Amino acid sequence: MSPWVAVCGVGDIPRLGARRVARDAGLPVAVFRTAEDKVFALLDRCPHKGGPLSQGIVHGDSVACPLHSWNIGLADGCAKAPDEGCTPKFSCRVEAGQVFLDATELATRALDLPAPVAGPCPAMSA
Amino acid sequence: MKPFEGHPMKKMKLVMVGNGMAGVRTLEELLKIAPDLYDITVFGAEPHPNYNRILLSPVLAGEQTLDEIVLNPLAWYEEHGITLHTGKTVTQIDRARRVVRAADGTEAAYDRLLLATGSLPFILPVPGRDLQGVLAYRDIADTQAMIDAATKYKHAVVIGGGLLGLEAANGLMRRGMQVTVVHIMPWLMERQLDDVAGQLLQKSLEERGLKFLIGAQTQALIPGKDGRVMAVQFKDGQEIPADLVVMAAGIRPHTALAEACGLHCQRGIVVNDTMQTITDPRIYSVGECAAHRGIAYGLVAPLFEQGKVCATHLGQFGIGRYTGSLTSTKLKVTGIDLFSAGNFTGGEGFEEIIMSDPYGGVYKKLVIQGDKLVGAVMYGDTVDGSWYFKLLRDGRKVADIRDKLMFGESNIGDVGHEGHSRAALMQDSDEVCGCNGVTKGSICKAIKDKGLFTLDEVRKHTKASGSCGSCTGLVEQLLMFTAGGDYSAAPKLKAMCGCTDHGHQAVREAIRAQHLLSIDEVFRTLQWRTPNGCASCRPAVNYYLLSSWPKEAVDDPQSRFINERSHANIQKDGSYSVIPRMWGGETNSSELRRIADAVDKYKIPTVKVTGGQRIDLLGIKKEDLPAVWKDIGMPSGHAYAKALRTVKTCVGSEWCRFGTQDSTQMGKDLERALWRMYAPHKVKLAVSGCPRNCAEAGIKDVGIIGVDSGWELYVAGNGGIKTEVAQFLVKVRTPAEVLEYSGAFLQLYREEGWYLERTVHYVSRVGLDVVKQRVLGDADGRRALWERLQFSLDGEPDPWFEFDKAQVDLRQFTPLGAPLPVKETA
Repeated sequence: MSPWVAVCGVGDIPRLGARRVARDAGLPVAVFRTAEDKVFALLDRCPHKGGPLSQGIVHGDSVACPLHSWNIGLADGCAKAPDEGCTPKFSCRVEAGQVFLDATELATRALDLPAPVAGPCPAMSA
Repeated sequence: MKPFEGHPMKKMKLVMVGNGMAGVRTLEELLKIAPDLYDITVFGAEPHPNYNRILLSPVLAGEQTLDEIVLNPLAWYEEHGITLHTGKTVTQIDRARRVVRAADGTEAAYDRLLLATGSLPFILPVPGRDLQGVLAYRDIADTQAMIDAATKYKHAVVIGGGLLGLEAANGLMRRGMQVTVVHIMPWLMERQLDDVAGQLLQKSLEERGLKFLIGAQTQALIPGKDGRVMAVQFKDGQEIPADLVVMAAGIRPHTALAEACGLHCQRGIVVNDTMQTITDPRIYSVGECAAHRGIAYGLVAPLFEQGKVCATHLGQFGIGRYTGSLTSTKLKVTGIDLFSAGNFTGGEGFEEIIMSDPYGGVYKKLVIQGDKLVGAVMYGDTVDGSWYFKLLRDGRKVADIRDKLMFGESNIGDVGHEGHSRAALMQDSDEVCGCNGVTKGSICKAIKDKGLFTLDEVRKHTKASGSCGSCTGLVEQLLMFTAGGDYSAAPKLKAMCGCTDHGHQAVREAIRAQHLLSIDEVFRTLQWRTPNGCASCRPAVNYYLLSSWPKEAVDDPQSRFINERSHANIQKDGSYSVIPRMWGGETNSSELRRIADAVDKYKIPTVKVTGGQRIDLLGIKKEDLPAVWKDIGMPSGHAYAKALRTVKTCVGSEWCRFGTQDSTQMGKDLERALWRMYAPHKVKLAVSGCPRNCAEAGIKDVGIIGVDSGWELYVAGNGGIKTEVAQFLVKVRTPAEVLEYSGAFLQLYREEGWYLERTVHYVSRVGLDVVKQRVLGDADGRRALWERLQFSLDGEPDPWFEFDKAQVDLRQFTPLGAPLPVKETA
């Protein structure tokens, strides 16, 4: 029922790597490609401190967050024990070498999760 | 014998005899790697689930309760579908039918059998040993009987002044009994202590109220009218009153069951390196009952190592060998600090360093042989026990630190935990790990609540010591205090990560010896457990390939940390920082103007001057990186990489009225010769133009100080977690020599250092003597090293400009755009 949208070809994602899919609202979605060309999609936000998972090292069916090396399962978005927490996952399918995401999910899922912040504290610089 | 996978009826049957720490740990390891392989049945002679036997002493002393020392509650067995028979002693193994039978007739069939029967206390063969009131000290029942006796009776005699005997004596005394320890040897704990430390220990225990009969030989135990023991009689006819006698004269591997079914036993059930009995391949054995290469271990750390190896074989992974352990000892009597490891007796052919302060109750002895630490005894101050044990295990040469050795690691300034070095003195609210904000209280709680035993487990659960590692010593101390026993005994060779059993050195050597050229080849040849490694081993292997086979091995960007893939430094919000290279810390108006323009154009929020004499632009969006590089038009500063960072300089003789050498030019020459140099970790240099050393060369990986007659080279300094002053390497005359010697040292580090090992750690691992021999003693070798470095760096691209050559994947800088719907699914 839901509209699938093509985001890229499998070959556009580096093997054992990821690409970011920008959204109109909310944080980007990271699409990952494993060594066996399996493709997964997660919100590009580590459940720990919001690190961009798309920038992590992909190994097996996991990605290591670039900020503090939490290992996040690509299939379920959940941190490997003993760390705890999950990042929202997005439906994803591959057909004829094209990667499809669900448009409804892209438009509606996890819009409320904030981006991590850095830089000078506004209150103090004022 | 392979099971039909996924068919529950065909699961293999694993029976374990003995429900103690070593056995259950083996099951835990097995369940981790092969949770569904076996139907597991466990027989335990005691009516309890698995508990921490080491902590019986604190229970006896009234410091902990029995509930607190249970490691695996009954619910754990249920949760994992394990059939548990408590209070049932297995009396027979029928190897032909593959069935074990307990005293009450309970039977269980097995495909694999694990014998973890532990040990039995040695009972002196003296008359009266069967009397009421005569106990061993081994299990919960013994402990409970001692606690009960302490409420009713007055006089206790402990036979045996070893670890166990003293802990029992201390516990009984704490419970109000008058305790005499009878010890046949000339001093206490003679297997763990030398005579001086043994006597210090005796004195201290006497001050607490224990009595000792040293050298006394027990002849008989005399019964009273009620049939209970009343006195202990010695060879010389002397008698002392005793309402309770505790036999703690040693333990023997419990092998009766194994012997009865024909398994070869000699000082234990004889097993090979996979913990399989040499008689019957279906039967494994771990723990105090197993004899590995002639040794039956009694300490928990080696037993856990055995368990891990055994589990991988039971789990049909077929990897890992147990090759024996070095052990250390710590007495669990509150208030008495005592530690020993290795060969502490010394004697002919050994050198000893001794510090003795009998008045202050401190005694330390280090035994050295052939420039290596081979043993240590410490009494009164054991803070550095784990450090000495590490030196001992690693077999590190100690010539360069010999003068400091006695004073321990703790006087070398670690930062991040308020200067604490003694965990016992810290408050629960004190921070142990300054990186992750973990307090002593939360570490102790995790150790107790989650039953943690090893440093790695504490790291995983609490994060303590998991980041910079400077508080590792403190965390190890907390483990000793909280969990008891010795938990620092990691395997002699530490594996690179969970993906392999190989250590860094073995991987390096294999890559060189077998001319391995790709990560896949390494993983295949060395039988990696995971298909494509993890975030810890892949970057390391990638580096080893590139440093071993420059121009041959091909870089794999996907195996590099994001900073080295995007050539900028990721920040906490996912933005990046850019630090352009400023040769020797010098810049000019046009560079500054371009930087200023880029700051405005790309709205860069923070501009900061770094400690390495450069300018850091923080908060750049990833999409803007290539444009910022182009606009600034300066070379990459590699401030994001495990590579040469900066060469810090002072202004030197060009301007400075004290300057003796042109340090700025020397710095620029070094930086131009060495930039783009990847290394096991970041590398920082500094050049000062006179001994006032304004460039702070004393805390750099390579620090150079100009003096009137030439240049002094210092290596392996560090300004980070462990502030370490660089060590003098050599004095040379010309700038060309500075380049050659510095380059040779760095190439040596690049070829032999382990990934993420700074030069300070590398040099302390191999010893400065080795470095001197390679760089100074062997002129041809030095030139060859310097040539190999130049060969490696020749033609290396600048990743900010030569994208193709540096394999920079430009796709990463463009997010996939807002997608359009293309089709509907039915």
